[in-house]
Amino acid sequence: MFDIAKIRADFPLLKQQINGQPLVYLDSAATSHKPQAVIDALTHFYSAENANVHRGRHTLSDNATRKYEQARKSLANYFQVESNELVWTKGATESINLIANGLTSKLKAGDKVAISAIEHHANIVPWQQLVKRIGAELIVLPITSDLVIDAQQCAEFIEQHKPKVVAITHASNTLGNITDLAPIIQACKNINAISVIDGAQAAMHLRPNLREIDCDFYVFSAHKMLGPTGLGGLYGRFELLNSLDAYQTGGEMIETVSLTQSNFREAPGKFEAGTPNIAGVIAFTEAIEYLTSLNFQQMRQHEHTVFSYAIKQLSAIDGITIYSQHHNNIGNISFNYKNEHPFDLATLLDGFGVAVRSGHHCTQPIMSQLSISGTVRASFALYNTKEDVDALITALKNSIELLD
Amino acid sequence: MNSPFQAVTKDIENAAGWQQKYRQIMLLGKQLPVMPEALKVDDALVKGCESKVWLYIDFDHTENSLVLAGDSDTRIVKGLLALILALYNGLTPQQATQINAYDEFERLGLISHLSPSRGNGIKAMVDKIQAMAEQKR
Repeated sequence: MFDIAKIRADFPLLKQQINGQPLVYLDSAATSHKPQAVIDALTHFYSAENANVHRGRHTLSDNATRKYEQARKSLANYFQVESNELVWTKGATESINLIANGLTSKLKAGDKVAISAIEHHANIVPWQQLVKRIGAELIVLPITSDLVIDAQQCAEFIEQHKPKVVAITHASNTLGNITDLAPIIQACKNINAISVIDGAQAAMHLRPNLREIDCDFYVFSAHKMLGPTGLGGLYGRFELLNSLDAYQTGGEMIETVSLTQSNFREAPGKFEAGTPNIAGVIAFTEAIEYLTSLNFQQMRQHEHTVFSYAIKQLSAIDGITIYSQHHNNIGNISFNYKNEHPFDLATLLDGFGVAVRSGHHCTQPIMSQLSISGTVRASFALYNTKEDVDALITALKNSIELLD
Repeated sequence: MNSPFQAVTKDIENAAGWQQKYRQIMLLGKQLPVMPEALKVDDALVKGCESKVWLYIDFDHTENSLVLAGDSDTRIVKGLLALILALYNGLTPQQATQINAYDEFERLGLISHLSPSRGNGIKAMVDKIQAMAEQKR
């Protein structure tokens, strides 16, 4: 069974008091908390295992290398892919930049790159820069009036406009809305377009089987999956991944170097120049093991129960507008109260110990579409409870009273 | 300390608990004179804020004093802005440079709002006023 009390006890930060009140953490879409095992692994690495990887034949280095590569295997297992199809980066943002840069020589002037209107800025700006560099064109995929990527319409749109690259999110960070990827990826295959999926939000909540999803690239951030900050990565279908231009060059990523020329290693090494975030990678294994130790169906069921309860309770407050879809949602709820500024609400909620995020959430195109400057976003994770929702609702009512 | 500031902060100091403190701050914001739309130019927008904050700074040469006006689209920042205006408005540059807004906000238990991570632009506003005062001194 899904033992929520035990799970909460595994996350030391959740025991904190904020402004003299128990912390109610509803900002996991920004970053998730870390179980004790991840924190311990970080400390243990630096106190007992620290060494550089892939070089040096001493015992410490061998052990560090083994654990570093073992982490790749764990993650490969999590995503149901091969280890050599996973590249470590410093986060989903760097992963998208790596892909966008690496695709440069595969595109030519006049080619099209498609994104959706609900993307995070990290899945917009690198593509804008790419098309600018090569004189290609950025096109925008259709979304529904509920701000969901419209899978059927997108599939038609893709087959009609024939973009070379399609970059879309698996779930919106602002809204939580989940994309129905299958028809879109099928359309990409039909026209040989490269599919890039932003999994920053979905990777923890949906435990995606990437073989089944069958996309070309999938990016993620470790810190949104119970892991340390400063680490993320990407999956790339091996032949395609290996054929990308190197993003950064230098040590570690080479086979041989003379003063005039170098040969690069195969993927993933080719994309991991310099000393990587070894401690982060090794500690991330603990996060992956923690996640996989939980029964996925039970975890999703728990998340769904808490999310649905939050939607129900929020909807019952007069004057609240919810922008997120009420089903097919990873657990992010964007809302506003009447015309109040989200900053004011979030500040007051913080006074009650409730941590939410306010603002445009790096999705200004969504805000333009809704003609608002921002939202309050409450985002849930596996360690949240109905009690957290109750605390949010009470704090919200008290905050509204202060504003009215 | 100048009296307009003392007058407006009395209720904040006497507030029982943080809710009352915020209520007083938002009330101050409500009472802030309306900023003429003509002054809400891009130049007056304080950069790096989650909320929109305008701060208009002028210098009255005959009176040798700072002339300030401001507005914000959020209630809390507008209230904090009202505090800053009460702190600096009408002062000579000499007087203004002697004011430590940090100390004043600390005394009122509002120092967290001056920290850069809040992104509400209070610190940026104070810096902007101080720069003007330095320049005119």
